[in-house]
Amino acid sequence: MGIEGIGARVLRKEDRRFITGKGRYTDDIVERDMTHGVFVRSPHAHAKVLSMDTAAAEAMPGVIGVVTGQQLIDGAVGNIICGWMIYSKDGSPMKAAPWKVMDPEVVRHVGQPVALVVAETRAQAADAAEKIVIEYEELPALTDFSKAMDDGAPQVHEDVPNNLICDWQLGEEAATDEALATAAHVIELDLEQNRLVPNAIEPRAAIASYNEAEDHFTLNSTSQNPHVARLVLSAFYNIAPEHKLRVIAPDVGGGFGSKIYIYPEEITCLWAAKHLGRPIKWVADRTESFMTDAHGRDHVTKAKLGLDADHKFIGLKVETTANIGAYMSLFSSATPTYLYACLLAGQYTTPNIYCNVKLVYSHTTPVDAYRGAGRPEATFVVERMVEAAARQLGVSPAELRRKNFISEFPYQTPVLMNYDKADLHGLLDKGLAAIDYDGFAQRKAAAAARGKLRGIGFSCYIEACGLAPSKAVGQLGGGVGQWESAEVRVNPVGTIELLTGSHSHGQGHETTFAQVIAERFGLPTDNVQIVHGDTDKVQFGMGTYGSRSGPVGMGAIAKALDKIEAKAKKLAGHLLEADENDIVIEGGELKVAGTDKKLAWHEMTLGAYTAHNIPDDMEPGLSEKAFYDPANFTFPAGTFICEVEIDPNTGVTQVVKFVAVDDFGVIVNPNIVEGQVHGGLAQGIGQALFEACHYDDAGQLLTASYMDYCMPRADDLPNFALDHIETPNPNNPLGVKGCGEAGAIGAPAAVMNAVTDALGTEDITMPATPEKVWRAIQANRPAMAAE
Amino acid sequence: MSEVTLTVNGREVTRDVEDRTLLVHLLREHLGLTGTHVGCDTSQCGACTIHMNGKAVKSCGLLAVQADGSDIVTIEGLANGDTLHPMQAAFRENHGLQCGFCTPGMIMMAVDIVNRHPGGLDEQTIRKELEGNICRCTGYHNIVKAVAAAADEMSGVAMAAE
Repeated sequence: MGIEGIGARVLRKEDRRFITGKGRYTDDIVERDMTHGVFVRSPHAHAKVLSMDTAAAEAMPGVIGVVTGQQLIDGAVGNIICGWMIYSKDGSPMKAAPWKVMDPEVVRHVGQPVALVVAETRAQAADAAEKIVIEYEELPALTDFSKAMDDGAPQVHEDVPNNLICDWQLGEEAATDEALATAAHVIELDLEQNRLVPNAIEPRAAIASYNEAEDHFTLNSTSQNPHVARLVLSAFYNIAPEHKLRVIAPDVGGGFGSKIYIYPEEITCLWAAKHLGRPIKWVADRTESFMTDAHGRDHVTKAKLGLDADHKFIGLKVETTANIGAYMSLFSSATPTYLYACLLAGQYTTPNIYCNVKLVYSHTTPVDAYRGAGRPEATFVVERMVEAAARQLGVSPAELRRKNFISEFPYQTPVLMNYDKADLHGLLDKGLAAIDYDGFAQRKAAAAARGKLRGIGFSCYIEACGLAPSKAVGQLGGGVGQWESAEVRVNPVGTIELLTGSHSHGQGHETTFAQVIAERFGLPTDNVQIVHGDTDKVQFGMGTYGSRSGPVGMGAIAKALDKIEAKAKKLAGHLLEADENDIVIEGGELKVAGTDKKLAWHEMTLGAYTAHNIPDDMEPGLSEKAFYDPANFTFPAGTFICEVEIDPNTGVTQVVKFVAVDDFGVIVNPNIVEGQVHGGLAQGIGQALFEACHYDDAGQLLTASYMDYCMPRADDLPNFALDHIETPNPNNPLGVKGCGEAGAIGAPAAVMNAVTDALGTEDITMPATPEKVWRAIQANRPAMAAE
Repeated sequence: MSEVTLTVNGREVTRDVEDRTLLVHLLREHLGLTGTHVGCDTSQCGACTIHMNGKAVKSCGLLAVQADGSDIVTIEGLANGDTLHPMQAAFRENHGLQCGFCTPGMIMMAVDIVNRHPGGLDEQTIRKELEGNICRCTGYHNIVKAVAAAADEMSGVAMAAE
């Protein structure tokens, strides 16, 4: 490692603009002649649109026009797609009902857009939006999705009986049932995954413009994956062919999954920009974000874990109902199925696993991938079950896990995944030492003396990220490839532009990607510029989600650097009259091994561009491109241990200790990896203790602002104690595994295991708010008194 | 419409604004100071925090006309030329930011916190004082470290100046 190479704590190159107010987010951009759009949205969860009168709105000051859903349909704008096909256990394909961009006839969730008002100012557009008169016929709404399949339940889509999109399964049901029937112990739990709202602090925004002379569109947008946005806008929504549409994702203020998707608003603004002949800016307010950003999680699950007399896990059966919301969003079919059930082996050798997932519609905002996407849900099921088993059997939760750990790799699970490598015992050992596990009893007693209930909880997660081998994804029903691209352009003076298909919206790629180049050639990171987020500059890319920019994005960079290195060595060999195989590149120099002959990096690069003296079979210049398709998923793993203290008088839970020991493979920049873990843990603790998205029975979203939805604040969270094990990923050119989601994946189970330990009951759901905790304490009081 | 005159980052400016214009919109849209952000509609997130007459305020919670005659400092005016304010430097050195969207408000609030606690800051006080600023990326761990580091640096600077 050089001072700026792989493993170095390089300070972020991008920070200067953010700390001085010079960041450039979508809402900071102003275009000439720009107008402002405000959407009119359904106040009802389910209703027929009987009529819409826009005349009064169109006559308001500053109004340029009103766009309705019927205009989009007449304009041949396509329906919004789900990008992953799954099949029910009877072999029938999932029933995905049409998602019209702005359905002119029926509204199916509160906040569904029905019209766009465009005016000279945002205030004028908002004023005019209030003048649109819409007559609705309210219909019964379904918001309690556990009742979605009941006879007589309100139907979300006519062609999807009982609201059942897909009755999906994975694993061997008969073998699992048999294992459970023969088990010495069977642990059963009913579990809930609370519904969450991603809440990137920058709301979604778009600026759509159309150049009539060139017949060309530009979209500035808060996107995690601008090329995928362009692809679907072209191929499915008929906005324009790809060469006539530029999508730019400038600085983006967080995503967490919610900015993967292409929503009705961006599509409508693009169409309207051409139709009205003016650029249109739309910026969501926070309530719009709550109502329309794809939500996360939202499962109910029944799980059974069977153990033999020796406490070995022999069968796990999981039956889940997953709420998809009113429409099937892009990855909504994959998130609660393949990204969930495939991780139900966890860290254990459980030989028989069966999972059934019923995906159902409801009159709520669409649900899709949110940080972790399926893997937090799986980890929660496995780790809550294991902890409950340890309690019911009266054994140490650490030792029960250890007894069942996978210890030989590679390991083929019964649920498709092939784990390449991990050190599960090592992770647990480090976790136990870091939390001072042996001292817990003393800390619990000390807390009791202060009137507090102290609990400890484990979560030993393993996840799959770095989506993914394209062939495997295709076989499982995915609609796109999951490779990544990189282009390394070396300039005549030796500086480098790296163009990447990954997108950074907080991950620090401008620093870490430059470190990969610094490591390879010994050049300072200041000599590297990262270019991303613009379809006119970067040819193609799949963007950033699923912790893929490390394992996949950097894999592409490594491959492109291989090609640069090979050509550089060949040219240096030619110029130095040496064998190219004897050239080594280090410290910004190309040297002939074992001699004092050398070239400075910039002498070689200038030589490539003057081309006065290059080999006859060599092209001038130095610029290479690579597509990298990973050979396998990557499998980060870790041990999280949480300690909480509960005040029985108030029900307030305080996280007093949190240890996270992770194996992310090779770490490129520890500062940034730690930051990713901190943020993920905060979201996981948020899920466990604070955050919940609530609808009332009529389908009104009760948590539609920061007044109502509890975001974790600084004083809700502890200092985190982090540690690592580095088991290099054997399938990745750089040995990395990905770190973006681990915190959110592992934390909810650790916290809830600690809360239930403190309370002495398994019967409490997330978020464990003071009210729920207090009620759980009261419910247990008589039992306590009777003891 | 009303005429508003105020000093922003040391420069006196006068603008005619609609009466309903919020201070944050005056800054962002009339003055082009887009470092101050809007992250919510209910004055909860704190991304719009600026200094008005030396105190941190949420600029989404004030009408521009209410700021008439006041002295405003935004994130763009915090550094001294090329020299970063110790709080800006501390956020960078402690990796106290990721996506950067909450950062300007967070930094402006943090400076105010330090100013209001000349006797020093412990971790718990910093966490409590940051209650009005939401970050979704960092889990606050490194923000708290950054504020503590800057507080030390700023008190050192203050002592040196005395």
